[in-house]
Amino acid sequence: MKFAIQVNEGPYQHQASDTAYQFAKAALAKGHEIMRVFFYHDGVNNGTRLTTPPQDDRHVVNRWAQLAEQHGLDLVVCVAAAQRRGLVDEGEAKRNGKDATNIAPQFRISGLGQLVEAGIQSDRLVVFGD
Amino acid sequence: MTDEMMEEEGGVIKKFLYVNRRPPYGTIYAWESLEVVLIGAAFDQDVSLLFVDDGVFDLKKGQDTAGIEMKNFSPTYRALEMYDVEKIFVCKESLEARGLTADDLIIDCEVLEPAEVTDLMESQDVIFNF
Repeated sequence: MKFAIQVNEGPYQHQASDTAYQFAKAALAKGHEIMRVFFYHDGVNNGTRLTTPPQDDRHVVNRWAQLAEQHGLDLVVCVAAAQRRGLVDEGEAKRNGKDATNIAPQFRISGLGQLVEAGIQSDRLVVFGD
Repeated sequence: MTDEMMEEEGGVIKKFLYVNRRPPYGTIYAWESLEVVLIGAAFDQDVSLLFVDDGVFDLKKGQDTAGIEMKNFSPTYRALEMYDVEKIFVCKESLEARGLTADDLIIDCEVLEPAEVTDLMESQDVIFNF
């Protein structure tokens, strides 16, 4: 089955990103396809490379990036939600005159159209959040 | 993918339901839900909106946000018609529990009994919960 995943909550504060990650890993292990993971609302905070959790805890951001690298996942951060919350890549930094970027490797910033497209093209869109 | 799904000009048309469950200003979900609806309208899908629980407050007439210094985005719901988003449903039980009627709402909506809400959800291909 072709899945798309939406993550609506930030890391550590909420279980949504952990559960979405475990779901994605299990689905891939069963031979399913994850065509996109879309990060919306505070979920965009799963895509900052500045995250530094205590060493004996899971690294939510790096874990997504590693899974993406292994399986060629498309990790998309919503641009409108990202702008509000200070999640920035090179292009956004230039456009909005910011002096830094913080997007993590394997993540890309794009529009809400990517979420709607994921809903159209996947067999199931699975939403994680409250 | 369901059998009822229509194919048009090589593209799939799915039934998208946006479920709004939260009040407008305590969290950003309602506003960012509306942003997905507006962007998603460009994809020419079969779109419906449903307001349930405290989400019925999103459509309340006469919102004044000056005191909380937040943007009153409720007038944007009136623009939905221009985006050809015309299937807008409200849960009757949720309205009544909050002392509201359809006359209190900023746009014309179809009021649904709980059983009809269930039927609406069952008839959809993709459901976004906000």
